[in-house]
Amino acid sequence: MSETDWPLFEVFIRSRAGLEHKHVGSLHAADARMAIEHARDVYTRRQEGVSLWVVRSADIVASDPGEADALFEPARDKVYRHPTFYAIPDEVKNL
Amino acid sequence: MRQAPDTAVEQARCRYVLRLADTSLVLGQRLGEWLGHAPALEEDLALANLSLDLIGQARLLLTYAGELEGRGRDEDALAFLRDAPEFLNLTLAEQPNGDFGHTIVRQWLIDAWQLEIYGALEHSADTRLAAIAAKALRETRYHYRFSSGWLVRLGDGTPESHGRVQSALDALWRFTAELFTPDEVDEHMSRAAIAPALTGLAPHWSARIDEALRAATLTRPPTQAYPWHGKRGVHSEHLGHLLGEMQHLQRTYPGARW
Repeated sequence: MSETDWPLFEVFIRSRAGLEHKHVGSLHAADARMAIEHARDVYTRRQEGVSLWVVRSADIVASDPGEADALFEPARDKVYRHPTFYAIPDEVKNL
Repeated sequence: MRQAPDTAVEQARCRYVLRLADTSLVLGQRLGEWLGHAPALEEDLALANLSLDLIGQARLLLTYAGELEGRGRDEDALAFLRDAPEFLNLTLAEQPNGDFGHTIVRQWLIDAWQLEIYGALEHSADTRLAAIAAKALRETRYHYRFSSGWLVRLGDGTPESHGRVQSALDALWRFTAELFTPDEVDEHMSRAAIAPALTGLAPHWSARIDEALRAATLTRPPTQAYPWHGKRGVHSEHLGHLLGEMQHLQRTYPGARW
């Protein structure tokens, strides 16, 4: 048996309740159930999380690096979209 | 008036805790033999995790057994300086790994047994044992999820994988009669409400086993009347070799630390 026989899964971990799931890496597994078990064994050995998502890497639709200029360059000169033009009142915490 | 502790019960308690400890320790050591040899990197980590859980259980239980014994032996002395006849693990736990399917069948049979035992011990009159059982039960639930998942995947897999796990099941089944055959230690413990009556747990184990076997399309072997007696210190030929490797360092360099 070779692990290359198994499809690749991407692993996402929610580190604490209230936080979002974050991509942490990928692994091979025969099916979704095994992928969750492998994710648990490979990525949560040191209490890294409270929830796991796995998704087949083949099911992820990615942007084309060749289109990066068209997709992302136009945002470059639009600094006014950053909320940096406001004075933040002292009373506002956690912003 | 304070009652003097019943010596027979106290000796039985120590032996009972040692049995649980040794079963976890020996099975953990067996799983450790897979390190670097598992069929995939992810399974290597998975088996190592199970092994570490089991050795963790063994440490808590051995420490407690050493205190009950009262001869000043700590977890290390009990793990590394006892000979095979003093080990009281289930004979099933010491059986060699065989192929991956063989390891999975052995693991699954013991996981199902530990689910019942720890599930009942969680309510033990012995609060120390109950606390250890509660921790071990959480680990065991995952172990069972892992081993039963693989059992079904292999059993209901290819003709090759099905044949391998069925023959592993046929080879290991003869060691299962010991799991629920009580002796005087078990009886002392159940009378004192420290441990469950084994005969009462057997049907639950059996039902769980049958359910997984159905899903795995495997055939339950016929019941064997003869129970092995690993828990009385009478072992198969395999335990001595396992201990030889496990104890080598402490035996060669007594008191070695790092």
